[in-house]
Amino acid sequence: MSSHAAAAHAGHDDGHAHHHYTTTGLDNKKIAIWAFIGSECMLFASLISTYLIYKGRSIVGPYPHTEWVNEAGQVFKPILDIPVTSASTFVLLMSSMAMVLALQAVQLRGTPLPENASWWERSQRSSQGWLLMTAILGATFLGFQAYEFTAFVHEGLTVKTNLFGSTFFTLTGFHGAHVTVGVLWLMTLLWIDRTRGLQGPKDELAVDIAALYWHFVDVVWIVIFTLIYLIE
Amino acid sequence: MSHDPKAAKAHAHPTGATYIKVAVILAVITAVEVWLYYIPAAVASPLFNPTMLAMSAAKFAIVVLFYMHLKYDHKLFKALFTGPLIVAGVTIVALLFLFGQLRIG
Repeated sequence: MSSHAAAAHAGHDDGHAHHHYTTTGLDNKKIAIWAFIGSECMLFASLISTYLIYKGRSIVGPYPHTEWVNEAGQVFKPILDIPVTSASTFVLLMSSMAMVLALQAVQLRGTPLPENASWWERSQRSSQGWLLMTAILGATFLGFQAYEFTAFVHEGLTVKTNLFGSTFFTLTGFHGAHVTVGVLWLMTLLWIDRTRGLQGPKDELAVDIAALYWHFVDVVWIVIFTLIYLIE
Repeated sequence: MSHDPKAAKAHAHPTGATYIKVAVILAVITAVEVWLYYIPAAVASPLFNPTMLAMSAAKFAIVVLFYMHLKYDHKLFKALFTGPLIVAGVTIVALLFLFGQLRIG
């Protein structure tokens, strides 16, 4: 085995991309998505640290976890709706499961299915079903976020109201934009799968890259949910 | 071409059943987090924030290791992710000290 081929074998994606050797033995696109995800860590770190730095420094309410009474005596309840956000968090976590099963379905394509295969074995091959489920769950998460933002505006919290509003809407808005891009990406993959079918090493890599992006969006939300919603 | 057993191990992705189990674990941890949030005594405890952060970190690690396959992937990918992640974490902590949100003692 040549040194390049050996290096390629050490990587996870080599089996999908034997046609494309590089100096690292790994596919450049996969290196690029991991480098991009690394840079995204820095972006969200800056947004999260800005939120945390300004936490508790708003002069006027509404506040995230405590009541606020304005000069007119109007009482504002704590604005964060934990039950709704818990539900949306659950939805996003399940979307990650659907995404990894979509990738597995694409990778299993071409391998023989036993005649007496169970429903679960058959459903594991349904890349379109899992991609569609991931996109629907992602869109549901966005629906929760739209509901939350609308409720906040009705309750008097906008991006201009106070430091909490500015940092909260910026951070969660950026995350929502990432989810939106992910849903569009998934819909594109689904369209390709329906028209010509996702198959072969190149398509496996395309789904793998989309899955990495989607899971990253999920892990960012895991951090946001704890730091913003649960820790007072 | 000889077959490298280490490479075969690197290819050994979890099965669909494992992915389902991971999802159940993630859901259970999230449920515990939310349950603790609604117990005033737990929220008042000095252990509340560290516990929440630990559970969040556990969920983060589970998704990255199993769903993003970093547990089974090449070390270059691990470095490309963990390097910036460590820098990001240190930056957050440093900024919190700098702006007085965290204090020693």
